[in-house]
Amino acid sequence: MTNRQRTTILVNGTRYEREVEPRLSLADFLRHELHLGGTHVGCEHGICGVCTVLIDGRSARSCLTLAVQADGAEITTVEGLRDAETGQLHPIQQAFIDAHGLQCGFCTPGFLMTTLELLRDNPQPSDDEIREALGGNLCRCTGYQSIVESVRLAASRLRG
Amino acid sequence: MTDRGHASAVAHVTGEALFVHDQAQRDGNALYGWPVQAAHAHARVLHIDEGPALALPGVRAVLTAADVPGTNWIGPARHDEALFPDEVQYHGQPVCWVLADDEATARAGAAAVRIDCEVLPALRSLDAAIAAGSFHTAPQAIAAGDVAAALAAAPHRFAGELRLPAQEHFYLETQAAYVRPDGEGGYHVLAATQHPAETQATVAHVLGLPAHRVTVEVVRIGGGFGGKESQASGVAAVAAVGCARTGRPVAIRLDRQRDATITGKRHPFLAKWRAGAGPDGRLVAFDVELCGDGGSSLDLSKAILARALFHVDGAYAVPALRVVGRVARTNLPSNTAFRGFGAPQAAAVAEEVQDHVARALGLPPETVRERNLYRPGDRTHYGQPVRDAERIGRIWRELLASSRFAERRAAIAAWNGAHAHHKRGIAITPVKFGIGFTTTFLNQAGAHVLVYRDGSVLGRHGGTEMGQGLHTKILAVAARTLGVPESGVRIVSTRTDQVPNTSATAASSGSDLNGAAVAAAARELRQRLLPHAAALLGCAPEAVEFAAGSALGAGRAVPFAAVVEAAFLARTSLAATGFHATPGLHFDAAAGRGEPFGYFVFGAAVSEVEVDGCTGQHRLLAVDVLHDVGDSLAPAIDRGQIEGGFVQGVGWLTCEEVRFGPAGELLTRNASTYKLPGIGECPAGFRVATLERATEPGAVFGSKAVGEPPFLLALSVREALRDAVAAFRGPGPVALDCPATPEAVYWAIHGRPDAEPPAD
Repeated sequence: MTNRQRTTILVNGTRYEREVEPRLSLADFLRHELHLGGTHVGCEHGICGVCTVLIDGRSARSCLTLAVQADGAEITTVEGLRDAETGQLHPIQQAFIDAHGLQCGFCTPGFLMTTLELLRDNPQPSDDEIREALGGNLCRCTGYQSIVESVRLAASRLRG
Repeated sequence: MTDRGHASAVAHVTGEALFVHDQAQRDGNALYGWPVQAAHAHARVLHIDEGPALALPGVRAVLTAADVPGTNWIGPARHDEALFPDEVQYHGQPVCWVLADDEATARAGAAAVRIDCEVLPALRSLDAAIAAGSFHTAPQAIAAGDVAAALAAAPHRFAGELRLPAQEHFYLETQAAYVRPDGEGGYHVLAATQHPAETQATVAHVLGLPAHRVTVEVVRIGGGFGGKESQASGVAAVAAVGCARTGRPVAIRLDRQRDATITGKRHPFLAKWRAGAGPDGRLVAFDVELCGDGGSSLDLSKAILARALFHVDGAYAVPALRVVGRVARTNLPSNTAFRGFGAPQAAAVAEEVQDHVARALGLPPETVRERNLYRPGDRTHYGQPVRDAERIGRIWRELLASSRFAERRAAIAAWNGAHAHHKRGIAITPVKFGIGFTTTFLNQAGAHVLVYRDGSVLGRHGGTEMGQGLHTKILAVAARTLGVPESGVRIVSTRTDQVPNTSATAASSGSDLNGAAVAAAARELRQRLLPHAAALLGCAPEAVEFAAGSALGAGRAVPFAAVVEAAFLARTSLAATGFHATPGLHFDAAAGRGEPFGYFVFGAAVSEVEVDGCTGQHRLLAVDVLHDVGDSLAPAIDRGQIEGGFVQGVGWLTCEEVRFGPAGELLTRNASTYKLPGIGECPAGFRVATLERATEPGAVFGSKAVGEPPFLLALSVREALRDAVAAFRGPGPVALDCPATPEAVYWAIHGRPDAEPPAD
């Protein structure tokens, strides 16, 4: 394709520089260019939340964000959650395992990234605040109860 | 029994779990397919102009019927679906497929293909099909007792009509398949299919190859719910045709809009019923006609209708019951399996009748429901004894008490008295769900268990993992049978070259069938290990026990791995197959008599709602569930199935609305126009309990199936909404459309205007 634009994006601490087709979504950039398959796409128009990543610390739909828009930004995906040195799981990841906050797992990365933002901004959320924060992520399997429990468990562990 | 997390939990939370499309992208050398969809509901294809597509750089092929080496006709029960049609049967049907170096190019190529059609008359609704006499099947009937006489003699007679809606599966991973040539004249198909054996057979037929040249592998599925039972095979077959044509790996992943417009949904049903009751509300006669919309091809509709006929009794005994059903043929996407498989539609009719009778007679609905519940000694309308029927009454009483139903009923009445524009409602509904494929021969499963010299165990079985935790449960079964820790067992992908001729992972039967097969294989291995363990321990083989990774006997213990090594050195086979066929099942469809189910799952739910009378908006305030899972193999997984099934049912009954436009085109093509239950639709108070003392003697480790039955618990929400509407309207039956969207609830309260609004 023509008109490619040089784009530099920091993803999970690694700097990537690529010639990018202007209409390429950030989700496809992550999946196709960088082979970071943990960011899934579910509806591809910003409703389901499966593709949620953090852009400069704020949760965003990577299916609705163009890769070129993320030029110069710092992206965190699900692959960046575990400790880079020790490989140890992030407390949020461990909580979703321990509190059974997943079934098919397709929506899980999106919930994890939304939770990461929530618990950073509000380390002690009420159940209502958890439900409000997760209101933009769809799960077709669990009925959400175990996801709320996972977030609650993660919050308590992060507070120590 | 096991409380470990999901067997794939670590892979899912780290993003390392590979779904079909991830594997294709990782390999990096596949062609990608995109469909060219029909713009008419019924049309003859006159000409396909591939030229403009092939002119685009990166487009490698346009696949048409001419590229099919074998048969172009597929379909699970009747081969009535053209993979590449010369006559379009529904709006959005793929006519041909474009292969290109990447998805975006394939999509651009598909947009460039021009199709000339001759438009034909189309049946765009269930009503149109019924009026035109368009059906896939002859009527099927089941009857018990003399319904006409019982109706005539009934002290009170009622009649009604109910339309049950479609539902989009909306599994979050859309349909996907990835086909690679194996270099030896065969094909490896990585697919998101609930039925690997059928996908294998479909691909083999389409390619004109024997089944042993096609291997279907399923690593995991990102949600299935029935939508990938039959309809995953077509996508795989197209990818296989592309692979055969080009010699290149081919990946297809439908995007959401393609998935929604191409694949079928839950069957809409039209139900017409008549019922007779005594003054106490006990039903004496029930006469029902069901007509399901099968869509453009038969697919699984006949079996879905059969399950509807089996479940139109709900959990209620009626001495004279007659049900007649038929599957209509429309020019809409072919409707297919969806969690519950016709039973939710039928049970909704049963609850409609209970509530209608109660309100017509001025009795509390919960009283009428309780009076009609099955009791020990009762038989269903198809003659099967309702074994363990006392559990229905036990669940009912325990749930009324634990949910403080009577107290809340009184509190709601007081609250409603104090609020003019908002009303609350409460309802309790029961579940009775028959377990087993109603097509008897499908109730079989195979497994393969291997033990390696280090004592580690690897198992495969015929079931697919789609999030429901099947592999987690099976792993627990294998570990418990062999007496090794769960960490010592691994369950790996489902492969047709390892376990052949499997049934779909469907009908809630995954762990019953495959768990029993794995247990059989593991028992066989244990038998082979026993003499070696006995020799090491110095005791009789009968005295040996395997537990926690050791063989125990004569007061001593040796590690499991040491027993395995001794058996290996003595040249013992450490691979075993297991097989299971559920005993005792039979059904005579012509007579409408038999015992199609191994057992029944029971449950009940209490739901409380609040309705805004000015808008029809409603909120689900609280839910209490008591459900029968037998002796659970994995309590946390079963709880997840109960909660998830319930919420999916709430979606079907209250917010998910499939709509088609005048041309037969799907209007609700994505999550923006199709409202799925989010966390906001779920109650803050959601209390789920499982029945104690509930061992199921025939099933693996006393456990019961759990996949589908909880979906029916959501009927309590619909009935609670009706209760709230009644609080606005006063005594008498309440007509409430389904799904009970705010709009439907508004009209139920205020009545639809008699006349159409004036044209402007």
